[in-house]
Amino acid sequence: MSWSGLFSQLLEILVALVLAPLVTGWVNQCRAWLQNKSAPSLLLQYRMLRKLFHKESVVAEHASQLFRTAPYIVFGCMTMASGIVPTLSTDLPLSPAADAIALVGLFAFARVFISLAAMDIGTAFGSLGARREMLIGFLAEPALLMVLFSASLITKSTSLTSIAETLAHREFVIYPSLAFAGVAFTLVSLAENARVPVDNPTTHLELTMIHEALILEYSGRHLALIEWAASLKLFAYSCIGLTLFFPWGMAEVGSPQQLILALPVLVLKLAIGGAILALIETASAKMRIFRVPEFLATAFMLAVIGMLVHFLLGA
Amino acid sequence: MLALCGHRDYAAEVNVGVSLATLVAAGLLTAQVIDGGALLVLDDQFFVDPLNVFLVALTAFVGFTTSVFSRPYMRLERDRGKMTPGRMRLYHSMYQMFNFTMLVALSTNNLGILWVAMEAATLTTVLLVSVYRTAASLEAAWKYFILCGVGIAQALFGTILLYLAADKVIGGGGGALLWTNLEAVKSQLEPNVMALAFVFLLLGYGTKVGLVPVHNWLPDAHAEGPTPISAVLSGLLLNVALYAVLRCKVLADGALHSHLAGNLMIGFGLLSVVAAAFFLSRQKDIKRMFAYSSIEHMGLMTFAFGLGGPIANFAGLLHMTVHSLIKSAIFFTVGHASQSAHTQIMEKIRGLIKLNPMVGWGLLLGTLAILGMPPFGVFASEFLILTTAMRDLPWATPFLLLALGVAFASIFSRVQEMVFGDTDLKPLEHPPALVPVFVHLALGLMLGLYIPPYLVDWYQQAARMIGG
Amino acid sequence: MHAYLIQSINLFAAVLLLLSFGMLSQRRILTLIHLFTLQGATLVAATAVVAYVTNQHHLYYSAALTLVTKVIVIPILLHRLIHRLNVKWDVETLINIPTTMLIGILLVVFAFNLALPIAQLSSSIVHSTLGIALACVLLSFLMMITRAKAVPQVIGFLSMENGLFFAATAATYGMPMVVEFGIAFDVLVGMFILGVFMFQIREQFDSLDIRHLETLKED
Repeated sequence: MSWSGLFSQLLEILVALVLAPLVTGWVNQCRAWLQNKSAPSLLLQYRMLRKLFHKESVVAEHASQLFRTAPYIVFGCMTMASGIVPTLSTDLPLSPAADAIALVGLFAFARVFISLAAMDIGTAFGSLGARREMLIGFLAEPALLMVLFSASLITKSTSLTSIAETLAHREFVIYPSLAFAGVAFTLVSLAENARVPVDNPTTHLELTMIHEALILEYSGRHLALIEWAASLKLFAYSCIGLTLFFPWGMAEVGSPQQLILALPVLVLKLAIGGAILALIETASAKMRIFRVPEFLATAFMLAVIGMLVHFLLGA
Repeated sequence: MLALCGHRDYAAEVNVGVSLATLVAAGLLTAQVIDGGALLVLDDQFFVDPLNVFLVALTAFVGFTTSVFSRPYMRLERDRGKMTPGRMRLYHSMYQMFNFTMLVALSTNNLGILWVAMEAATLTTVLLVSVYRTAASLEAAWKYFILCGVGIAQALFGTILLYLAADKVIGGGGGALLWTNLEAVKSQLEPNVMALAFVFLLLGYGTKVGLVPVHNWLPDAHAEGPTPISAVLSGLLLNVALYAVLRCKVLADGALHSHLAGNLMIGFGLLSVVAAAFFLSRQKDIKRMFAYSSIEHMGLMTFAFGLGGPIANFAGLLHMTVHSLIKSAIFFTVGHASQSAHTQIMEKIRGLIKLNPMVGWGLLLGTLAILGMPPFGVFASEFLILTTAMRDLPWATPFLLLALGVAFASIFSRVQEMVFGDTDLKPLEHPPALVPVFVHLALGLMLGLYIPPYLVDWYQQAARMIGG
Repeated sequence: MHAYLIQSINLFAAVLLLLSFGMLSQRRILTLIHLFTLQGATLVAATAVVAYVTNQHHLYYSAALTLVTKVIVIPILLHRLIHRLNVKWDVETLINIPTTMLIGILLVVFAFNLALPIAQLSSSIVHSTLGIALACVLLSFLMMITRAKAVPQVIGFLSMENGLFFAATAATYGMPMVVEFGIAFDVLVGMFILGVFMFQIREQFDSLDIRHLETLKED
């Protein structure tokens, strides 16, 4: 492990932690603009986190230890995930420890804990949210795996860093399979990050909410951690997308000076991606929960077809 | 030939009520085709060889007699208010178009044109089937269109694959789909591609032949369309479709050096024969029953051509001819019978022989003929097919015999009740045209007793071409 | 440049397949027509690029033919048809959509497997897309089977024709010109007939639901 590697790894985690709320804020801002509302400040998320950290956290009487530890586990998972996904540099010491499959496992691990915690207190909303969350996860994970496999097939590796390196260095080629995977990935990310056609992050309407129902009982620093983790998840997903489909502009092994350039490139890419996400959210209507399996089945199918097309066309 | 057909079409358009000119022109066409039978190549795109010349003649002949039959029949339909002048015009022009497309399909040398003509034949017959505009006829036509549309699309894919195989050997351009060119190089065609192409072509054109898994359109279209159309559908269109399959089989056999194509045809044929026999035993509608009988006979022919070899091919061709003649004759009498009884339900048709002895006898004789009673031609061809099957494929024979027996029992018992028995029905307002019926039956009888030498020669040449 | 063009043909092929699936999963009739138009346009683009790359001039005609029929005339006809028939309802399916999708995937696997050995024999530069073409055909076929209404069935039929045209382009750089004209003519005439039919069906049944057309059954 080289010092520069360690440095870039630490920098990356730091950047993720700092940038994640900003990305969420940016998406919210774009969405407000598109809907002709006065936009909240970009820094609103930070302020909210600070406010929550200063508040006392109230825990239900019957809550077990699980309820208390879950936010830390989730936050840890998401931080770890952001560390694995190459954002600034492909020279990451953590990366050999976990490939794309482990990454999906990490997301699943966090999901299991948050759902268990939601059921722990025994409120109706908690278990309802948990059930819906598991349903979505159950359908979204295979689709996500298929998307990652499509990319791995092209690059012959399941490690995200080497996928990014190979794709960025290869001569520009149009991959039809990646086009399929891209559409599938967009659908999966919308579902996984509780975005509009599947869930609405801004509503507390009890019949439709999924993510909000899960965390209804949390308050104070626990809530802050979970909200932060949610931002990190969105950030990690955006970065997976960027890695797979727009891998250019990252620093590589042995050239840490590229890191200086990589940061503005990343910010720019995230800004564009966030704007597109806001556009999708504005343009689509929230679907009924029973349609969600169909939505995710479509994503899965697209990913599978992407793989099949790869085998057929060899590209 | 093209000009003649154009003229006939025009005549029918102008003369809405009277199709007299149509008959004359049809007669002329028949004469010309029989005279010009020796023609081998008209153009690069069209050709006449022993296989198709007899089908062209048969098509023209049955087309002609059907138009004779259809004159009083359709007049009666018009008088009863089932047809309006506009629909009569549509009927006549489409009838001519249909004949024209079938002749094109038969005489073209280009497998692509063959496809186009088959599709056009589908379109015209769809209009003909739906000409009454009743709910049932619309349903039949819709089903017919969709099913045959899908089927014919499979055939197009098969044609594309064929072109792909030919492209490698002959090179691109228009020449690669000409059958004469393909025949010359058939042993060099890529076997894998050809095998797949044949499967698609068999499924596609087989839909139009009415082979069993894809036969659903056939009984409906026969039962709900006007009876002359049932006659030409059964007597001609199915033949043309089978002809298309045969052309492709020749190519597939040449390329594959195996009996795959034949085996497929044997399988589908046998299935059709057996399934159709059991379906027809449960029918209540007379036209549906005979439609199933057509499926059965088409299955038998497919089976025969699948067996291959000179005798089976000979028998298949003979059966094709006789079946066309007799089945259209049956439909003529059935048309008159159901017009007299105002229904197609068999239980309500009784005492035909008292009502009109000619119709009654015609139906009885026709039924005996189609069921394979000895003096008629069907007996000869079925006998040949069965003996060949016994020799080449002994396990299939019991199935065939069983199916033929079931068909015999169920058709004969019903027809007997319809022909004999009491009735209070009144005779038809227009005298029916029964000459075609007896001409057809007489020809069928003649082919059973004695086949003229030039016809034998034709059959043998054609049988050799189809090979085995 | 050349290599990118070939890749873009592959991409168009993938888009065709994507649109086929889109049509399979689509519930709204208007969107269905839009998707069909889009599919036609993709086909035109693919054919034109193949024509440019291979220098096969007759493919330009073929592309123009598709443009006129599939992208302009037939969609206009369809729009008029649904306007006149006043059909704005959602498309009903006989099998639910996720199941249809799964069957669709199986069909794609089947088609790819079937086409693989054949495609390798073709000398065409885009021979590998033959499997996609076959998959499009089968998917349209599936769509025709699973839809209960007349208009989607017809669109399925037309989209099957699209798949076949693409198959011809992919495998052999199109069929001979006479044949292509014949096919286009047949399709157009068929479309007219179907349009007329739909009016008649509605007159007879007050609906375009194909399930009304099930009285002729074996008893």
